[in-house]
Amino acid sequence: MDPYVLKTLNEERRSRRAAVLVTDLGDGRDRIVREGDPVAGDLGTAITNAFRTGNSRSVEAEGRTFFLNAHLPRPRLVVIGAVHISQALAPMARIAGYPVEIIDPRTAFATPERFPDVTLHAEWPEDVLKRAPLDSYTALAAVTHDPKIDDFALKAALDARCFYVGALGSRKTHAKRVERLLALGAGADQIARIHAPIGLDIGAASPAEIAVAVLAQTIHAFRSRGLEAKGAVA
Amino acid sequence: MDESIYLDEARDPLIIAEGWMKEGKDVAIATVVETWGSAPRPVGSHLVIDAEGNFHGSVSGGCVEGAVVTEAIDVIGSGKARMLEFGVADETAWQVGLSCGGRIKVYVERLG
Repeated sequence: MDPYVLKTLNEERRSRRAAVLVTDLGDGRDRIVREGDPVAGDLGTAITNAFRTGNSRSVEAEGRTFFLNAHLPRPRLVVIGAVHISQALAPMARIAGYPVEIIDPRTAFATPERFPDVTLHAEWPEDVLKRAPLDSYTALAAVTHDPKIDDFALKAALDARCFYVGALGSRKTHAKRVERLLALGAGADQIARIHAPIGLDIGAASPAEIAVAVLAQTIHAFRSRGLEAKGAVA
Repeated sequence: MDESIYLDEARDPLIIAEGWMKEGKDVAIATVVETWGSAPRPVGSHLVIDAEGNFHGSVSGGCVEGAVVTEAIDVIGSGKARMLEFGVADETAWQVGLSCGGRIKVYVERLG
Protein backbone atom coordinates (compact mmCIF):
# COMPACT_ATOMS: atom_id res chain seq x y z
CA MET A 1 0.00 0.00 0.00
CA ASP A 2 1.19 3.45 -0.82
CA PRO A 3 1.96 5.39 2.41
CA TYR A 4 0.35 8.52 1.06
CA VAL A 5 -2.77 6.55 0.14
CA LEU A 6 -2.97 5.18 3.70
CA LYS A 7 -2.58 8.68 5.15
CA THR A 8 -5.29 10.07 2.88
CA LEU A 9 -7.61 7.15 3.57
CA ASN A 10 -7.27 7.64 7.33
CA GLU A 11 -7.93 11.37 6.96
CA GLU A 12 -11.15 10.62 5.11
CA ARG A 13 -12.22 8.06 7.68
CA ARG A 14 -11.45 10.40 10.61
CA SER A 15 -13.54 13.13 8.94
CA ARG A 16 -16.53 10.79 8.41
CA ARG A 17 -16.22 10.94 4.61
CA ALA A 18 -16.79 7.85 2.48
CA ALA A 19 -13.91 6.43 0.43
CA VAL A 20 -13.24 3.28 -1.57
CA LEU A 21 -9.68 1.99 -1.69
CA VAL A 22 -9.08 0.36 -5.07
CA THR A 23 -6.18 -2.11 -5.15
CA ASP A 24 -5.00 -3.81 -8.34
CA LEU A 25 -4.31 -7.31 -7.02
CA GLY A 26 -2.03 -7.97 -10.01
CA ASP A 27 0.57 -5.26 -9.43
CA GLY A 28 -0.42 -3.96 -5.98
CA ARG A 29 -1.04 -0.39 -7.12
CA ASP A 30 -3.74 1.39 -5.18
CA ARG A 31 -5.72 4.59 -5.19
CA ILE A 32 -8.52 6.29 -3.32
CA VAL A 33 -11.86 7.08 -4.89
CA ARG A 34 -14.13 9.54 -3.10
CA GLU A 35 -17.89 9.50 -3.34
CA GLY A 36 -18.93 11.18 -6.58
CA ASP A 37 -15.51 10.88 -8.28
CA PRO A 38 -16.19 9.73 -11.83
CA VAL A 39 -14.79 6.29 -12.73
CA ALA A 40 -15.64 4.83 -16.14
CA GLY A 41 -16.74 1.36 -17.15
CA ASP A 42 -17.39 -1.80 -15.14
CA LEU A 43 -14.99 -0.68 -12.43
CA GLY A 44 -16.98 2.55 -12.04
CA THR A 45 -20.24 0.62 -11.70
CA ALA A 46 -18.70 -1.66 -9.08
CA ILE A 47 -17.36 1.35 -7.16
CA THR A 48 -20.77 3.06 -7.19
CA ASN A 49 -22.25 -0.13 -5.83
CA ALA A 50 -19.60 -0.32 -3.09
CA PHE A 51 -20.46 3.22 -1.96
CA ARG A 52 -24.15 2.39 -1.86
CA THR A 53 -23.97 -0.94 -0.05
CA GLY A 54 -20.79 -0.49 1.95
CA ASN A 55 -19.76 -4.00 0.86
CA SER A 56 -16.12 -4.66 0.03
CA ARG A 57 -15.30 -7.18 -2.70
CA SER A 58 -13.02 -8.29 -5.52
CA VAL A 59 -14.10 -7.45 -9.06
CA GLU A 60 -12.88 -8.35 -12.54
CA ALA A 61 -12.68 -5.34 -14.85
CA GLU A 62 -10.55 -4.37 -17.83
CA GLY A 63 -8.97 -7.84 -17.70
CA ARG A 64 -7.62 -7.23 -14.23
CA THR A 65 -8.66 -8.12 -10.69
CA PHE A 66 -9.29 -5.24 -8.35
CA PHE A 67 -10.12 -5.31 -4.66
CA LEU A 68 -12.56 -2.60 -3.58
CA ASN A 69 -12.48 -1.85 0.13
CA ALA A 70 -15.45 0.34 1.01
CA HIS A 71 -14.92 2.62 3.98
CA LEU A 72 -18.25 4.19 4.83
CA PRO A 73 -18.81 6.31 7.92
CA ARG A 74 -21.30 4.82 10.32
CA PRO A 75 -24.72 6.35 9.61
CA ARG A 76 -26.43 8.02 12.54
CA LEU A 77 -29.76 9.62 13.30
CA VAL A 78 -30.14 12.99 15.00
CA VAL A 79 -33.61 13.62 16.37
CA ILE A 80 -34.73 17.13 17.22
CA GLY A 81 -37.31 16.72 19.96
CA ALA A 82 -37.37 14.55 23.07
CA VAL A 83 -41.00 13.60 22.48
CA HIS A 84 -43.10 10.45 22.58
CA ILE A 85 -42.14 9.44 19.00
CA SER A 86 -38.45 9.77 19.88
CA GLN A 87 -38.84 7.46 22.87
CA ALA A 88 -39.86 4.68 20.47
CA LEU A 89 -37.55 5.74 17.65
CA ALA A 90 -34.32 5.74 19.68
CA PRO A 91 -34.25 2.02 20.64
CA MET A 92 -35.61 0.88 17.25
CA ALA A 93 -33.02 2.87 15.30
CA ARG A 94 -30.21 1.64 17.50
CA ILE A 95 -31.21 -1.98 16.88
CA ALA A 96 -31.32 -1.29 13.13
CA GLY A 97 -27.72 -0.01 13.30
CA TYR A 98 -28.30 3.73 13.41
CA PRO A 99 -27.05 5.22 16.68
CA VAL A 100 -29.31 8.05 17.84
CA GLU A 101 -28.71 11.46 19.39
CA ILE A 102 -31.59 13.49 20.69
CA ILE A 103 -31.54 17.26 20.99
CA ASP A 104 -34.22 19.25 22.83
CA PRO A 105 -33.64 22.42 24.86
CA ARG A 106 -36.78 21.78 26.90
CA THR A 107 -35.34 20.22 30.04
CA ALA A 108 -38.71 18.81 31.08
CA PHE A 109 -38.69 16.66 27.93
CA ALA A 110 -35.01 15.82 27.63
CA THR A 111 -34.53 13.78 30.79
CA PRO A 112 -32.47 10.61 31.21
CA GLU A 113 -35.48 8.98 32.89
CA ARG A 114 -37.50 9.33 29.68
CA PHE A 115 -34.50 8.40 27.50
CA PRO A 116 -32.31 5.78 29.16
CA ASP A 117 -29.23 4.70 27.16
CA VAL A 118 -29.58 7.49 24.58
CA THR A 119 -27.17 10.33 23.89
CA LEU A 120 -29.30 13.24 24.99
CA HIS A 121 -28.57 16.97 24.69
CA ALA A 122 -30.86 19.26 26.72
CA GLU A 123 -29.63 22.23 24.71
CA TRP A 124 -30.53 24.28 21.65
CA PRO A 125 -29.66 22.61 18.32
CA GLU A 126 -27.56 25.70 17.46
CA ASP A 127 -25.19 24.92 20.33
CA VAL A 128 -25.00 21.14 19.87
CA LEU A 129 -24.51 21.24 16.09
CA LYS A 130 -21.71 23.78 16.45
CA ARG A 131 -19.79 21.18 18.48
CA ALA A 132 -20.80 18.10 16.48
CA PRO A 133 -21.73 19.19 12.96
CA LEU A 134 -24.12 17.26 10.75
CA ASP A 135 -22.74 15.49 7.68
CA SER A 136 -23.91 13.46 4.70
CA TYR A 137 -23.90 10.23 6.75
CA THR A 138 -26.31 11.73 9.25
CA ALA A 139 -30.10 11.61 9.10
CA LEU A 140 -32.11 14.34 10.80
CA ALA A 141 -35.69 14.04 11.97
CA ALA A 142 -37.30 17.17 13.40
CA VAL A 143 -40.30 16.24 15.50
CA THR A 144 -40.92 19.06 17.99
CA HIS A 145 -43.52 20.97 15.92
CA ASP A 146 -41.85 24.11 17.30
CA PRO A 147 -40.25 26.35 14.65
CA LYS A 148 -37.95 27.90 17.26
CA ILE A 149 -36.37 24.47 17.82
CA ASP A 150 -36.83 22.70 14.45
CA ASP A 151 -36.07 25.36 11.85
CA PHE A 152 -32.40 25.99 12.54
CA ALA A 153 -31.68 22.25 12.60
CA LEU A 154 -33.56 21.66 9.34
CA LYS A 155 -31.62 24.41 7.58
CA ALA A 156 -28.35 23.00 8.97
CA ALA A 157 -29.31 19.49 7.77
CA LEU A 158 -30.00 20.74 4.24
CA ASP A 159 -26.71 22.66 4.17
CA ALA A 160 -24.76 19.62 5.43
CA ARG A 161 -26.45 17.41 2.80
CA CYS A 162 -27.76 14.98 5.40
CA PHE A 163 -28.81 11.78 3.61
CA TYR A 164 -32.26 12.09 5.14
CA VAL A 165 -34.19 15.11 6.38
CA GLY A 166 -37.69 14.65 7.76
CA ALA A 167 -40.02 17.05 9.54
CA LEU A 168 -43.16 16.27 11.50
CA GLY A 169 -46.31 18.20 10.65
CA SER A 170 -49.27 18.32 8.31
CA ARG A 171 -49.05 19.62 4.75
CA LYS A 172 -50.40 22.95 6.00
CA THR A 173 -47.78 23.16 8.75
CA HIS A 174 -45.12 22.27 6.21
CA ALA A 175 -46.25 24.98 3.78
CA LYS A 176 -45.61 27.57 6.51
CA ARG A 177 -42.29 25.92 7.28
CA VAL A 178 -41.25 26.20 3.62
CA GLU A 179 -41.88 29.96 3.78
CA ARG A 180 -39.73 30.29 6.89
CA LEU A 181 -36.88 28.18 5.43
CA LEU A 182 -36.91 30.28 2.25
CA ALA A 183 -36.61 33.36 4.47
CA LEU A 184 -33.63 31.70 6.20
CA GLY A 185 -31.95 31.46 2.79
CA ALA A 186 -32.61 27.82 1.88
CA GLY A 187 -33.11 27.10 -1.83
CA ALA A 188 -36.35 25.63 -3.16
CA ASP A 189 -34.50 22.52 -4.44
CA GLN A 190 -32.94 22.05 -1.01
CA ILE A 191 -36.30 22.36 0.71
CA ALA A 192 -37.78 19.80 -1.68
CA ARG A 193 -35.50 17.21 -0.04
CA ILE A 194 -37.42 17.45 3.23
CA HIS A 195 -39.75 14.51 3.83
CA ALA A 196 -42.95 16.10 5.14
CA PRO A 197 -45.30 14.79 6.35
CA ILE A 198 -42.60 12.63 7.93
CA GLY A 199 -42.29 8.87 7.48
CA LEU A 200 -43.25 6.26 4.89
CA ASP A 201 -46.98 6.19 4.28
CA ILE A 202 -47.94 3.06 6.22
CA GLY A 203 -50.97 4.61 7.87
CA ALA A 204 -49.06 5.05 11.14
CA ALA A 205 -51.28 6.28 13.98
CA SER A 206 -49.53 5.84 17.32
CA PRO A 207 -46.19 7.47 18.22
CA ALA A 208 -44.46 4.08 17.99
CA GLU A 209 -45.94 3.43 14.54
CA ILE A 210 -44.80 6.85 13.38
CA ALA A 211 -41.34 5.92 14.66
CA VAL A 212 -41.41 2.79 12.46
CA ALA A 213 -42.40 4.91 9.46
CA VAL A 214 -39.57 7.39 10.13
CA LEU A 215 -37.00 4.63 10.58
CA ALA A 216 -38.13 2.85 7.40
CA GLN A 217 -37.87 6.11 5.44
CA THR A 218 -34.41 6.74 6.90
CA ILE A 219 -33.20 3.27 5.86
CA HIS A 220 -34.69 3.68 2.40
CA ALA A 221 -32.94 7.03 2.00
CA PHE A 222 -29.64 5.52 3.11
CA ARG A 223 -29.79 2.46 0.88
CA SER A 224 -30.85 4.41 -2.21
CA ARG A 225 -28.15 7.10 -1.95
CA GLY A 226 -26.89 8.00 -5.41
CA LEU A 227 -29.67 6.15 -7.22
CA GLU A 228 -32.05 9.13 -7.49
CA ALA A 229 -30.06 10.60 -10.36
CA LYS A 230 -30.49 7.45 -12.42
CA GLY A 231 -34.22 7.34 -11.85
CA ALA A 232 -33.98 3.96 -10.14
CA VAL A 233 -35.84 5.31 -7.13
CA ALA A 234 -39.00 7.37 -7.31
CA MET B 1 -23.20 -3.42 19.90
CA ASP B 2 -20.58 -0.87 18.86
CA GLU B 3 -22.32 2.49 19.15
CA SER B 4 -19.51 4.84 18.23
CA ILE B 5 -19.86 6.89 15.09
CA TYR B 6 -16.19 7.83 15.23
CA LEU B 7 -13.07 5.73 14.67
CA ASP B 8 -11.72 3.84 17.62
CA GLU B 9 -8.22 5.23 17.04
CA ALA B 10 -6.60 3.08 19.72
CA ARG B 11 -7.72 -0.15 18.05
CA ASP B 12 -8.18 0.71 14.39
CA PRO B 13 -5.59 -1.30 12.41
CA LEU B 14 -5.12 1.27 9.63
CA ILE B 15 -4.64 4.10 12.14
CA ILE B 16 -2.10 1.94 14.01
CA ALA B 17 -0.29 1.14 10.74
CA GLU B 18 0.00 4.86 10.00
CA GLY B 19 1.34 5.46 13.50
CA TRP B 20 3.98 2.73 13.07
CA MET B 21 4.98 4.19 9.71
CA LYS B 22 5.50 7.61 11.34
CA GLU B 23 7.71 5.94 13.96
CA GLY B 24 9.88 4.65 11.11
CA LYS B 25 8.80 1.01 11.40
CA ASP B 26 8.41 -1.38 8.48
CA VAL B 27 4.80 -2.44 8.19
CA ALA B 28 2.73 -5.01 6.29
CA ILE B 29 -1.02 -4.85 5.82
CA ALA B 30 -3.10 -8.03 5.43
CA THR B 31 -6.63 -7.75 4.06
CA VAL B 32 -9.42 -10.31 3.72
CA VAL B 33 -10.28 -10.04 0.01
CA GLU B 34 -12.61 -13.00 -0.39
CA THR B 35 -14.57 -15.38 1.82
CA TRP B 36 -16.53 -18.58 1.13
CA GLY B 37 -18.94 -20.22 3.52
CA SER B 38 -18.86 -19.20 7.12
CA ALA B 39 -15.92 -16.90 7.73
CA PRO B 40 -15.24 -15.21 11.05
CA ARG B 41 -14.26 -11.79 9.69
CA PRO B 42 -15.87 -9.97 6.78
CA VAL B 43 -14.20 -9.05 3.50
CA GLY B 44 -12.19 -5.87 3.99
CA SER B 45 -10.97 -6.75 7.51
CA HIS B 46 -7.33 -5.92 8.26
CA LEU B 47 -4.44 -7.29 10.24
CA VAL B 48 -1.41 -5.01 10.40
CA ILE B 49 2.03 -6.37 11.23
CA ASP B 50 5.43 -4.82 11.94
CA ALA B 51 8.83 -6.37 11.23
CA GLU B 52 9.13 -7.61 14.84
CA GLY B 53 5.89 -9.56 14.51
CA ASN B 54 3.71 -7.17 16.54
CA PHE B 55 0.19 -7.09 15.14
CA HIS B 56 -3.22 -5.46 15.51
CA GLY B 57 -6.64 -6.27 14.08
CA SER B 58 -7.73 -9.64 12.73
CA VAL B 59 -8.45 -11.54 9.52
CA SER B 60 -10.04 -14.53 11.27
CA GLY B 61 -11.11 -15.39 14.77
CA GLY B 62 -7.50 -16.07 15.70
CA CYS B 63 -7.21 -19.26 13.62
CA VAL B 64 -4.75 -18.12 10.96
CA GLU B 65 -3.24 -14.91 12.36
CA GLY B 66 -0.02 -16.69 13.32
CA ALA B 67 0.57 -17.89 9.76
CA VAL B 68 -0.31 -14.47 8.32
CA VAL B 69 2.19 -12.77 10.63
CA THR B 70 4.95 -15.14 9.50
CA GLU B 71 4.15 -14.48 5.85
CA ALA B 72 3.90 -10.74 6.50
CA ILE B 73 7.42 -10.61 7.91
CA ASP B 74 8.65 -12.21 4.64
CA VAL B 75 6.63 -9.69 2.64
CA ILE B 76 8.21 -6.82 4.60
CA GLY B 77 11.62 -8.24 3.70
CA SER B 78 10.98 -8.86 0.02
CA GLY B 79 8.51 -6.07 -0.73
CA LYS B 80 6.54 -8.51 -2.86
CA ALA B 81 2.84 -8.86 -2.08
CA ARG B 82 1.35 -12.34 -1.57
CA MET B 83 -2.09 -13.87 -1.76
CA LEU B 84 -2.77 -16.44 0.96
CA GLU B 85 -5.63 -18.88 1.08
CA PHE B 86 -6.90 -20.69 4.17
CA GLY B 87 -9.59 -23.29 4.54
CA VAL B 88 -10.42 -26.50 6.29
CA ALA B 89 -10.49 -28.64 3.16
CA ASP B 90 -7.60 -26.84 1.58
CA GLU B 91 -5.16 -29.21 -0.05
CA THR B 92 -2.41 -26.65 -0.49
CA ALA B 93 0.57 -26.57 1.79
CA TRP B 94 -1.11 -24.52 4.50
CA GLN B 95 -1.05 -26.28 7.81
CA VAL B 96 -3.45 -23.97 9.56
CA GLY B 97 -7.13 -23.79 8.80
CA LEU B 98 -10.41 -22.33 9.85
CA SER B 99 -12.28 -24.50 12.33
CA CYS B 100 -15.55 -22.91 11.24
CA GLY B 101 -15.35 -24.66 7.87
CA GLY B 102 -15.11 -21.53 5.78
CA ARG B 103 -12.37 -20.40 3.42
CA ILE B 104 -10.70 -17.03 3.17
CA LYS B 105 -8.27 -15.31 0.86
CA VAL B 106 -5.89 -12.82 2.43
CA TYR B 107 -3.81 -10.30 0.51
CA VAL B 108 -0.58 -9.33 2.26
CA GLU B 109 1.32 -6.27 1.09
CA ARG B 110 4.08 -4.05 2.41
CA LEU B 111 3.32 -0.47 3.32
CA GLY B 112 5.57 1.62 1.06
